[in-house]
Amino acid sequence: MRKLLFMAVLLVAAPFVVQAVEPDEMLADPVLEARAREISKGLRCVVCQNQDIDSSNAGVARDLRLLVRERLTEGDTDAQVTAFIQARYGDYVLLRPPFKPETYALWLAPFALILIGGGSVIAVISKSGRRRAKEALNSEEERAVAELLAEEERSRS
Amino acid sequence: MGRILAALPILIALVFGAFFLWGLNPDRDPSAIPSVLISQPAPEFDLPAIEGMDTPGLSRADLAGNPAPVVVNVFASWCVPCRAEHAVLTRFVERDGVRLFGINYKDKPKDARGWLENLGNPYEKIGSDLNGRAGIEWGISGVPETFIISGDGTVLYRYVGPIVGEKAEEEFTTALVQARAAAGAGS
Repeated sequence: MRKLLFMAVLLVAAPFVVQAVEPDEMLADPVLEARAREISKGLRCVVCQNQDIDSSNAGVARDLRLLVRERLTEGDTDAQVTAFIQARYGDYVLLRPPFKPETYALWLAPFALILIGGGSVIAVISKSGRRRAKEALNSEEERAVAELLAEEERSRS
Repeated sequence: MGRILAALPILIALVFGAFFLWGLNPDRDPSAIPSVLISQPAPEFDLPAIEGMDTPGLSRADLAGNPAPVVVNVFASWCVPCRAEHAVLTRFVERDGVRLFGINYKDKPKDARGWLENLGNPYEKIGSDLNGRAGIEWGISGVPETFIISGDGTVLYRYVGPIVGEKAEEEFTTALVQARAAAGAGS
């Protein structure tokens, strides 16, 4: 029974752990291979677009994975490998867009929106606070109300 | 101050409206990938001829020092749209005198030979890119892709997908005419 359950779990989990990286692509050196995997996760597949090349089965993705590993075994740093592919495919292959004048709007728009939104909320709240202060009674009015109440009290007793 | 605040919603609506107008434009292709090669020198590559064919191979050197712009087409026998595009390219060569070079992408030499024997060979030179490395140098995302290279070896234009159909042909010939005019003006 337990064995059956284990098998069922494996079956259900299989689609989530199956990888596009095939054994013949992998490097013998586990450290290099780990670096290759990390780089591949940041590179966009140019055919399937919103998938990284690490999980894509497309032919070009496989070629790029092999290229990443080739560059790594030749002694390139991670940044050099990424730059090599970026030089051929452009910023488009980077799943994390670089921060530069063309992408300022992309990176800064959320903060600008928070600023505008937060600013207006604060403005609205402080305005209503000030209005409440204006509507409150001053000391003279307070005294008049107290007198009226006291009179009311007297007449009732 | 109050007047500015009152105009703010209209301003925001205008900004969003302009963004939607741009985003929903049917002519905009959101999956189009801008090429980094445009206005850059053609990439470094050196490909041998297709095994068993007389047509010579293709390298970077063949793309520099030409008197007029040339066309580089990436094709494969396993690529079905390439078959349709082949007729168009042949027509460009025969009718317009285009100099056409080919990169045979990840194709078995035997299949490529059979394909070219069957359909005819409009290519002046064909480089055989067996493992697709030259394809990466060119930054291609699939087959077919076609580039216009100026006489001095600069990439002027890239067309992704088959040049088939009136619109595609027109787009490509326009680019070619521009490239030729620029070459004529420059020399």
